[in-house]
Amino acid sequence: MPFQKKEFPDKFAALSKEDKVGLLRTMVRIRAFESRVEELFLNRRIPGFVHLYIGEEAIASGVMANLSKNDWITSTHRGHGHAIAKGAQIHRMMAELFGKTTGYCKGKGGSMHIADFSVGMLGANGVVGGGYNIAVGAGMSSMIKKTDQVAVCFFGDGASNRGTFHEAMNIASVWKLPVIFVNENNQWASTTPTSFATSVARIADRAKGYGMEGYTVDGNNVIEVYNAAAALVEAARKGKGPALLECLTYRIKGHYVGDPEKYRTKEEVQKHFTENDPIIRYADWMKGKGLIDDAALATMKAEAEKEVADGEKFAEDSPLPEKEDAYNDLFSFSPSEFPEVVK
Amino acid sequence: MSNERELTMAKAIAEAISQEMERDQHVFVMGEDVGVYGGIFGATQGLLSKFGPERIMDTPISETAFIGAATGAAAEGMRPIVELMFVDFFGVCMDQIYNHLAKNTYMSGGNLHLPVVLTTAIGGGYGDAAQHSQCLYSVFAHTPGLKIVVPSTAYDAKGLMIEAIRDDNPVMYFFHKGLMGLGWMRYPERSVNVVPERSYTIPFGKADVKRPGTDITIVCLAMMVHCALDAAEKLSKEGIEAEVIDLRTLVPLDREAVIASIKKTHKLLVVDEDYLGFGLSGEIAAIAADEAFEYLDAPVKRLAVPNVPIPYSQPLEQFVIPSVEAIAEAARSLAR
Ligand SMILES: Cc1ncc(C[n+]2csc(CCOP(=O)(O)OP(=O)(O)O)c2C)c(N)n1
Repeated sequence: MPFQKKEFPDKFAALSKEDKVGLLRTMVRIRAFESRVEELFLNRRIPGFVHLYIGEEAIASGVMANLSKNDWITSTHRGHGHAIAKGAQIHRMMAELFGKTTGYCKGKGGSMHIADFSVGMLGANGVVGGGYNIAVGAGMSSMIKKTDQVAVCFFGDGASNRGTFHEAMNIASVWKLPVIFVNENNQWASTTPTSFATSVARIADRAKGYGMEGYTVDGNNVIEVYNAAAALVEAARKGKGPALLECLTYRIKGHYVGDPEKYRTKEEVQKHFTENDPIIRYADWMKGKGLIDDAALATMKAEAEKEVADGEKFAEDSPLPEKEDAYNDLFSFSPSEFPEVVK
Repeated sequence: MSNERELTMAKAIAEAISQEMERDQHVFVMGEDVGVYGGIFGATQGLLSKFGPERIMDTPISETAFIGAATGAAAEGMRPIVELMFVDFFGVCMDQIYNHLAKNTYMSGGNLHLPVVLTTAIGGGYGDAAQHSQCLYSVFAHTPGLKIVVPSTAYDAKGLMIEAIRDDNPVMYFFHKGLMGLGWMRYPERSVNVVPERSYTIPFGKADVKRPGTDITIVCLAMMVHCALDAAEKLSKEGIEAEVIDLRTLVPLDREAVIASIKKTHKLLVVDEDYLGFGLSGEIAAIAADEAFEYLDAPVKRLAVPNVPIPYSQPLEQFVIPSVEAIAEAARSLAR
């Protein structure tokens, strides 16, 4: 997939060895979580629909390494990776998937709504294109309160065809809001390829229509993602306004776990996975630089798997909600204070 | 034998669309994943290979655009069938539905005909949380200018779909995910029934007595028909005979069927998978109060989703959606 490259300053080079390893660890933790969630779903331990982030880990990891807990993100239906990279705890995410009271949303949200609001997540979203304007609002609060907080809105290639995209991009641009729109172009929107449904080859080109900077990077190269996000986030912090960053990647798994994937071949998927796994690519690069060796990588993976297993145990041991809990949390006070709740 | 075959509701809907597309070149389908995939819930399976991508059109995730376009295409003589993947997403295109599709005929003084069928998936019970589990047909029944169809079996689904396509007005056609007969979701066996291969219609505004009874009337639709029938079987063993009325369409609404049944049983229970407040159950209760008050031996009972979004966690979700046991219990308390 050819695209015009922009050379961003190599901020990555200045990272400590620890931070460089940290980027890999985030990716590995996301992969471990998602792989286990897939198994749990297939074993009918998790209900509903689950959309996996496998193969797209470099984007969340590379972007989030430029944000602090005071910065915000809005996530999507494919949001577990965003949550982990933003600092959500795996055991509480797992508890949410198990519908337990100890989950981030006390079991009210589930896979598509897992969010840790304490680390700056403004919700995941089951409605495609639902996050843009929430990010815009967060950017407004930063502008009005005169803080240097930045909001990052993650969205899919399919989501870029929603009407909300247009309104959000325009308003963010005219108001010069500190919002970075991070497009995760995984080449599929459920069963249709991006090229089928999208009027431009590069979603970054759409930025022009809003007087905004738009760039495309290799979303499976965490260093490229990191450097691009570093430049755009820093500019937004300094009041230079919004930007659109398109990260090219590939959706390795079905749209949801259980998707029969009638619309593409196994060979196509396998080719992307073997040739372009963001974790292998970055790990190989690090090995070449002597930043990590096979033993350390194996340890990292084992630790991530243990963290997930511990999280699962925590989730299993946690209590299910009482049925009356269904009435709580509708408003910001309890139902006894609000007798009009219709039961 | 051939007209004795049984179909799932999804197959019955797809067959209805297929037969109408063969009959009328103006009928075409638009929606997300309606092509190769055959619709996320199977309502258009097999149609792409038969009619090609010009008449079975996958769309971008641009509901405002393609649902709005249905209105325009219909105004120019086409008969679009458009699918809104989950009814929960209605908010992103409600202006097109509410202010244009529903009102343009009236605002034009009757000069405009808009034969659009807007299909959409409803219902919960499988852990898909608050943005993917609602029914919401009452929201649309509240909007003047839309006909509202909500089938509960394959036989009804086919006849109502053909009727919908031939209707010159906007029709919203709600199919319950749990009734489509999908491999990955449990469905009531009763929803799969004998569907004639020939084309046939079921008129709107005709409720169907799915089970006759003498002691209590249960008014319901979609999945709740099956829950009510299961409850009725339990109740029968206890000596209570429930009459189960499947409304099938909300607009037009078969008030006579409701009133006639009340006159027979003198007790009314309304069961609804939509929200309790300001919805279907209140509407039916009001009809009973207005037109059959003197025949009622007890206050009308309503069982529906309390006014909270559908929670994800199983015990919570199972609590808010009326269950067979909850229906039986409500019926018992009325019949006593
Ligand atoms: C408004 C709306 N329309 C349709 C859907 C159903 N849906 C869920 S995810 C999805 C595809 C999204 O594609 P994309 O934005 O590219 O994200 P990806 O799934 O590839 O990560 C669709 C159509 C939805 N959730 N919301």
